[in-house]
Amino acid sequence: MSFRLSYRADPGNPWFSWQYVRDNSDTIIAAVGEHASLTARAVLIAALVALPLAVAAHWYRSLTGPILALTGVLYTIPSLALFAFLAPYLGIGAVTVLSVVALYALLVIVRNAVAGLSQVPAEVREAAEGMGYGRWGRLLRVELPLALPGILTGLRLATVSTVALVTVGVVVGRGGLGQLIFAGFQNNFYKAQIMTGTLLCVLLALLLDLVLAGVGRLLTPWLRRRLP
Amino acid sequence: MSAIEQAVVWLNDPLNWTNPGGVLDRLTEHLTMSAAAVALGCLLAWPVGLWLGHTGRGGGLVVLVSNVTLAVPTLALLTILPLTFLGFGQPSVVVALAVFAVPPLLANAYTGIRQADPEARDAARGMGFSGWQVLRRVELPLAVPYLAAGFRTAAVQVVATAALASFVNGGGLGQIIRAGFGLDIAAGGGQILAGGLLVAGLAILVELVLAVVERLVTPRPLRRARRRAARRAASAVTGG
Repeated sequence: MSFRLSYRADPGNPWFSWQYVRDNSDTIIAAVGEHASLTARAVLIAALVALPLAVAAHWYRSLTGPILALTGVLYTIPSLALFAFLAPYLGIGAVTVLSVVALYALLVIVRNAVAGLSQVPAEVREAAEGMGYGRWGRLLRVELPLALPGILTGLRLATVSTVALVTVGVVVGRGGLGQLIFAGFQNNFYKAQIMTGTLLCVLLALLLDLVLAGVGRLLTPWLRRRLP
Repeated sequence: MSAIEQAVVWLNDPLNWTNPGGVLDRLTEHLTMSAAAVALGCLLAWPVGLWLGHTGRGGGLVVLVSNVTLAVPTLALLTILPLTFLGFGQPSVVVALAVFAVPPLLANAYTGIRQADPEARDAARGMGFSGWQVLRRVELPLAVPYLAAGFRTAAVQVVATAALASFVNGGGLGQIIRAGFGLDIAAGGGQILAGGLLVAGLAILVELVLAVVERLVTPRPLRRARRRAARRAASAVTGG
């Protein structure tokens, strides 16, 4: 299966080339695999750290301000600068990319989770208390489920932006599809390679977003029922 | 010598600042590119956002623009644009950065107008204001806190993202970091760290300065409630 486009006598340097995709499928698949794996690991690590932080911020009001302020300041720091801070210590490789990318995802998830938890109606919380739920029971059975939409929004935002951010990892040699894009730029501006890498990035982001949206629908059936 | 000591040594060398391509040159490039990009972004996003907000249509469009921009890697756009008619050099970098400035500007302009008190809007209409007058004399002043918050988010984001222009030799402070990575990590570690400190310092400085400016342009009665909401509208699309 191929498109007519690639049958031109002189292919020149087109933006889209099916020929390129076929000839380099191994490299492309490897890059997609690395990209997806880096993204998934980073978001997972971020979520595992972020949720306890958000709960801590929710339980202890005095922690909310500092935690949100800290995430705000960290979010201001450019990604390249963060790579620069960590690379001399963590070296060149996947660990550095994961740390940087997970940190940014962490900030997004914490913010949204705190917002979600704080939007649980006070009456609901009091009702749960009146029914004899302790702090943990209330958190696990009432507050977290009700905050789930907010948390999932955070996860989705974090995932999409992480896919885009992983590309910057080329600076330490582990950029997944960023590697592809940058290599195309250096190889005499090979447009097809750059475009393929970019489109795959966007597609991967959309795909992961859809998966998370689906998971969210499955986890929050009560939101669907309420709709007319 | 640890990386931190190396960084201090690097920053203490006056030649690293004043040489051609030194810190001062890069800082000028960085700020010029960022300013141009934010200006271009405002020119594009504000009229559209204000108009969409005024007519009450296009909420879906605003969300779509934000989401798509979030998914497109900065690096890809910085790599693709120089290969188009824009050519290599600053114009393409400025356009790429402006693309990432548009979503916060647009979202906040739209939200700002939509948030204007409907009663004030109705009163203005009842006084015989035309649609254009309502926008200019009622909605726009009420949206100023949102516009300021959007501007701050966009500007900080652009200054942060401009560091990536170094990937396409577009100049800016990121170039120092990239040059450091070009060396061995043991040899370039100090320069990498020094560059990182400069870039991060600049971003935080811009954030602080604009926070003060934002506070100054927001009328006192509007300060508390509005700022938080506006930042929330924009926080979805920050990063880079």
